[in-house]
Amino acid sequence: MSSVPVSVAVHGDRDQRIPFGVLRDTFAITQRNLIAYRRVPQLLVFSTIQPVLFVLMFRYVFGGAITLRGPIPYVDFLMPGIFVQTVVFGAIATAIGLSTDMKSGLMERFHALPMARSAVLTGRTMADLTRNVFVVILMMIVGFLVGWRIHTNVLALLAGAFLVLLFGYAMSWIFATVGLAVGDPESAQAAAFPVLAPLVFASSVFVPPNKMPGWLQVFADHQPVSATASAVRALVNGGPTATYVWQSVAWCVAILVVFAPIAVRLYRRTV
Amino acid sequence: MSENAIVVEGLRKRFGTVLALDGVTFEVPEATVFGLLGPNGAGKTTAVRVLATVLRPDEGRAEVLGHDVVREPEAVRRRIGLAGQNAAVDPNLTGRENLRMVGILGQLPREQIAPRADELLERFDLSDAADRPLRTYSGGMRRRLDVAASLVQRPPVLFLDEPTTGLDLTSRNELWNMIRELVNDGTTVLLTTQYLEEADRLANRIAVVDVGRVIANDTPEQLKMQLGSTVVEMDVRGDGRAERAGRLLEERIGGRVEREGDRIRITSDQGAHVLIDVLRSLDGDGLSPDTLTVREPSLDDVFLALTGRHAEAEVDRASADEGSAKGDAA
Repeated sequence: MSSVPVSVAVHGDRDQRIPFGVLRDTFAITQRNLIAYRRVPQLLVFSTIQPVLFVLMFRYVFGGAITLRGPIPYVDFLMPGIFVQTVVFGAIATAIGLSTDMKSGLMERFHALPMARSAVLTGRTMADLTRNVFVVILMMIVGFLVGWRIHTNVLALLAGAFLVLLFGYAMSWIFATVGLAVGDPESAQAAAFPVLAPLVFASSVFVPPNKMPGWLQVFADHQPVSATASAVRALVNGGPTATYVWQSVAWCVAILVVFAPIAVRLYRRTV
Repeated sequence: MSENAIVVEGLRKRFGTVLALDGVTFEVPEATVFGLLGPNGAGKTTAVRVLATVLRPDEGRAEVLGHDVVREPEAVRRRIGLAGQNAAVDPNLTGRENLRMVGILGQLPREQIAPRADELLERFDLSDAADRPLRTYSGGMRRRLDVAASLVQRPPVLFLDEPTTGLDLTSRNELWNMIRELVNDGTTVLLTTQYLEEADRLANRIAVVDVGRVIANDTPEQLKMQLGSTVVEMDVRGDGRAERAGRLLEERIGGRVEREGDRIRITSDQGAHVLIDVLRSLDGDGLSPDTLTVREPSLDDVFLALTGRHAEAEVDRASADEGSAKGDAA
């Protein structure tokens, strides 16, 4: 090895805080996770290929057999649901990412660094939020290609997109908790699907719940995925929006208030 | 230089039913290397984790440069570097990106981060691989980057948890040289190892750890004086011959003679001379060994001398310790 000296001179006051240190730490972790998405494209496959397949399947295979009341074509009913489904399934990546880090020993390094304790989690969820921005744009393009049309205006579409992203962000914190609790990527994935499947399929994502059996309808009408899908649908297809939007926002806030503290507590105990 | 950089007093840590640390106490003066020597599962890693503020101790006290690891973890984290057993680096980032990330998270001023990363990459002979993702690195390269990452913040106290496990001879010698250089510049190093040779070469003081307790704490010279610097091991097969040889050597050789079945082990501090005496004595009695090895004492010899047990008998505990680290996280 070369002879560049490795000096240990202490620079300034070690306990001096760097201004906006928390943001700097969060940004560093966000960036690191986004680099992983770029270098390991298979991480993106699950959150992109799969919803595209759902669009094609429901648009062209099942769609013909689904009749809706009213003038809205099925594809316009479907796409807002697909956006929500995309971010819900995509949230599994948060669990997989965190549990992979836990296994790698990287958490031990993070714990021993004078970084903001929250940055590992906020950096992870921010990276997944950024990914969702791209994935939602991609799904909108796919939607336009298969005949999806907006019945309101661009502002309402943006509001809908924002709601989808907020909901995805809230879901990320649920899966941050799951990932930290189970501690390895395989179990995280295995634990996630049985929880997500009923939330996504017993909802208003693909079909209106009014033809489901009564008991299932009660569930489908009162869960966050349905609320968000209905809110986005109302925003882009027209009709009264307030109730659904507030319901969806309330769900997001509730999820964040419950799961963010649990995730942070679990993180502090991880090594 | 007489100040203590690390003070550990009565540290206890339990994982479920396993007592990983059972009242560990030691002190490390500034700008010295302290070796924690012990087999897998002895509690070395747990001790390092407590000192690095990764784990909270159940009982006892630990200070790094005057800062309590439980009450002032942030102040401790600003003064330490940690290179763990399993290379704690991001496989998807390049070497350079890894070091820069640690620079940011280590709260290095912005303008120092890039030059510091380049400096370390060069120092660890990783400049050519600097922009390749770590996935493409060999085990030795990863380990070097892990150690480099622990130095990014120029920590005055460095924890190296079995830093040379899995390194080839050249890399190991380079790392040893680097550790010596750091200590010359004033860094305090706490090193855990399973190799007596490594502790002997580097450490100013060695604490031998066994089932969560420090069973010896001395300079390498003193330890070796107790142990002897040369071990001669031989098999003398055939009925009663080993016993005869053992008795003979015990009478005539200065040093410790132990016999287990056909195997005789002589520990002496008289270097290779003991070998000549041994062979002369045996030959004079018409005995000759079937196999013969001359070597430096190993961790196992230390354990035999200090506890009367083999170090390998600790394997069960090692798996228990690993399992319990997970248990704590769940």
